Amino acid sequence: MKEYDVIIVGGGITGAGCARDCALRGLSVLLLERFDLTNGATGRNHGLLHSGSRYAVTDAEAAAECIRENRTLRRIAAHCVEPTEGLFITLPEDDLAYQDKFVASCHAAGINAEAIDPKEAIAMEPAVNPALIGAVKVPDGAVDPFRLTVYNAYDARLHGAEVLTYHEVTAFLKDESGRVIGVRAHCKDENTDKEFHARVTVIAGGIWGTLLTQMAGAKVNMFPAKGALLIFGHRVNNVVINRCRKPADADILVPGDTICLIGTTSTRIPIEECDNLRVTPEEVDLLFREGCKLAPSLADTRILRAYAGVRPLVASDNDPSGRSISRGIVCLDHESRDGIPGLITITGGKLMTYRLMAEMATDLVCRKLGNSKRCTTATTPLPGSEGEIERPEDAHDRSGYKAAWGRHGSNVSKISSGSLSNALACECEEVSVGEVNYAIDTLGAKNIVNIRRRTRLGMGTCQGEVCACRAAGLIAQANGCALQAKEDLAAFLQERWKGIFPITWGTSVREAQFTSYIYQGLCGIDAYSRESKPERPVLKGRKKA
Amino acid sequence: MKDHTFQDCVKCTVCTAYCPMAAVTPFYIGPKQAGPDGERYRLKDKSFYDYALKYCLNCKRCEVACPSGVRIGDIIAKAKLDSPSFKPGLREWVLANTDLMGSLAVPFSRALNPILGLDVSKKMMDGILGIDHRRQFPAYAKETFEHWYRRKAAKAQKRFSKQVYYYHGCYANYNNPALAQDLLKILNACGYGVQLLKGEKCCGVALISNGLGAQARRQAKANLAALRKADGPVLTTSSTCTMTLRDEYAHVLGLDNANVRDNITLALKFLSEKVDSGEIRLAFRSDYQKHIAYHTSCHMERLGWWIYSLNLLRMIPGVRLDVLESVCCGISGTFGFKKENYELSQEIGRKLFDQIRDAQPEIVATGCETCKWQIEMSIGFEVQNPVSILAEALDIEETTRLNAARP
Repeated sequence: MKEYDVIIVGGGITGAGCARDCALRGLSVLLLERFDLTNGATGRNHGLLHSGSRYAVTDAEAAAECIRENRTLRRIAAHCVEPTEGLFITLPEDDLAYQDKFVASCHAAGINAEAIDPKEAIAMEPAVNPALIGAVKVPDGAVDPFRLTVYNAYDARLHGAEVLTYHEVTAFLKDESGRVIGVRAHCKDENTDKEFHARVTVIAGGIWGTLLTQMAGAKVNMFPAKGALLIFGHRVNNVVINRCRKPADADILVPGDTICLIGTTSTRIPIEECDNLRVTPEEVDLLFREGCKLAPSLADTRILRAYAGVRPLVASDNDPSGRSISRGIVCLDHESRDGIPGLITITGGKLMTYRLMAEMATDLVCRKLGNSKRCTTATTPLPGSEGEIERPEDAHDRSGYKAAWGRHGSNVSKISSGSLSNALACECEEVSVGEVNYAIDTLGAKNIVNIRRRTRLGMGTCQGEVCACRAAGLIAQANGCALQAKEDLAAFLQERWKGIFPITWGTSVREAQFTSYIYQGLCGIDAYSRESKPERPVLKGRKKA
Repeated sequence: MKDHTFQDCVKCTVCTAYCPMAAVTPFYIGPKQAGPDGERYRLKDKSFYDYALKYCLNCKRCEVACPSGVRIGDIIAKAKLDSPSFKPGLREWVLANTDLMGSLAVPFSRALNPILGLDVSKKMMDGILGIDHRRQFPAYAKETFEHWYRRKAAKAQKRFSKQVYYYHGCYANYNNPALAQDLLKILNACGYGVQLLKGEKCCGVALISNGLGAQARRQAKANLAALRKADGPVLTTSSTCTMTLRDEYAHVLGLDNANVRDNITLALKFLSEKVDSGEIRLAFRSDYQKHIAYHTSCHMERLGWWIYSLNLLRMIPGVRLDVLESVCCGISGTFGFKKENYELSQEIGRKLFDQIRDAQPEIVATGCETCKWQIEMSIGFEVQNPVSILAEALDIEETTRLNAARP
């Protein structure tokens, strides 16, 4: 039986980052994820490339980490990052005195924050609330957490790692001495249990890490804090807008690709709820109300959907809101901490510091394995961001090419072209048939939800109305089974509806109704809905023609 | 000015199904994608969908088809004006400056008209400017309507107690003063005097579609100032000018025309409504017999006012009227004059040409001058504005008597 150097449990950005770092250092790596990559908190956040400013006043260490990683990501993951700049605005109801403290703290953390005239702020971002009385410019940006994760995992694979999604760890294997020697995992593709062996196992399961460590016989107290967000149908702002005050609810508006999103809330929830998050009407109201204070034009901007994620914070005190807890990185060696050799937990932290977290965890893994290679992830660009990437222009027979370049950087050359491949599958987000097939064949997409995360298919204003059936057709073509593709189509539409439901008013109601006419009325898709709906893969690799 | 109608698009794609351009070329992605879909991307980067914008005819049939009230044509027109790569050249400038070209050409029209018709001139314009050599230029008049009006009509208008204004536009002024004279004849017979606006300019529709936004805005402002001075209804004979003054000024150029918009009306709508309300009575010649096919021009379709033309034409006892299915003729103002568009233009028009050939009318009636050029050039049927048909069919003496006798 094959023994890996390291098994990483969890396919979020931390796990993918660890897999890449370990692989780049020459270790044999297996990454196990119970659903798809980015299924947890990684895929349910702002997509904000923090400058660190937000934490400057309350957590200088986190702020300093953020700005360092901010600069690193702009270099190594340029195709996942949009350098939008950011504003911290003071509104009449806020304390303007906070701004001085804020700027001073930013400077202390090494963040280039610059107080500017409110008029200049309006010129920089016309959507900003014109009532503002103070503004600070900071190097915020936007980052796509889906593709950042997928390209970390992809690069890990290019360096020999194996990445298995839809493999849920059900037990840790131990030898007589109590050392963790691997895991047992349930493979959802084949509905079987498999055992994998490794010299070291790293838990990178975000909030679910608390359950995994429990399974391994250790105890890490985590603090599940739900954060809800709203996605608007298009960009109203091209610059990140923050409130210049102590971090509170709904005070960040981020432009991400074709949309913008406002968040977040913070509510403590029991760990059992983490798998089934619901956004409440109160949260929607609060996000909308507060969002309009940042950019008044949000008031008549269509809302596409609402979603929520869980911050993987390690509990340290009894703070009921969870906000004063450090976003600090927690890297636990369970050998010294709990007497369980062969097991490491990497948690805490945030999207922005994933690379640093991966470096810390990999350093520990390497020490245990006697590997002396140094970390190179801060200087090695991800696939897609190597060198200067020339922006292509669209043409009548190549619409979607420029959008695909924006998503995949230089990898755009790997997307097949030709009259069928160039046809658009998703028209809202300009995703071509070729790009969908690239997601299936190269980026490991196994169902339509997976394709969505890798390409933005179905993320536009129609929320799958036009593209879902086309994607299902491409899935059917790839695996040769129309029935499974139809079931997947039903599941995808259900997943889209879950996010639309909390905000069904205005045009979104009309659109949802129209989608329902087509799929339920015309196509009878309900016949293919599965009663229990654990997300599952339908593609096991492309069927050879 | 923020136009957020694009976010009301529910992606039904009816607009693309109705788009005359998408129907004839696979190179055009259609109004849904170039319009509301593209707009989301353009908020991020203006250069998205640039390549597609040039195919839009600005026919607005997409807007008529849209069940969600999305101003698709306006979105594309604005994107074209804002586009970083859409730069007008000499040809665009020449085609779009209808006012200037008209005032230069009319004094020499006797010499110029035959020259414009010569093969060698057409070849030169094709080679130098990129104006297709197969295209026939509309002839210029010997005298502008404005000049004729001042010389022959202005004085006589003063005797009417009721007065209306007439926005004649470039075509009636430089190419077809007879149309304007026909309108005067009808309105005078109905008891209305006709005044011209002080400082009327070309509506600017060709400037907008050829990317000359700044000049379009200047002319629009001058027109709005002239329109504001009018103390009675402003009547028009061209469906395109009407739509431009009423809708494009606000939606595409971002100018406030709210206080004049409702005062601008097609003369045919004005007449039809007055006849229906009994304020005007029409008497027709008993010897007038015509087989007429009515073609709804794109901008008439957008205005939704074709019904008034049909209403009046149907009043004429001797008229047999065929109403053609409403489709684009393909010329789209200056679009069809451009060398690279000639084939597309003719291909789009084919559906209309076939209908006319099937109907074999004596006259095609339409409210748009460029449709007239396209139909006359392509299939040789005579085309007239319903105003001219009405003027010919009216018993002027009897109509004058009927309306004068009224209190």
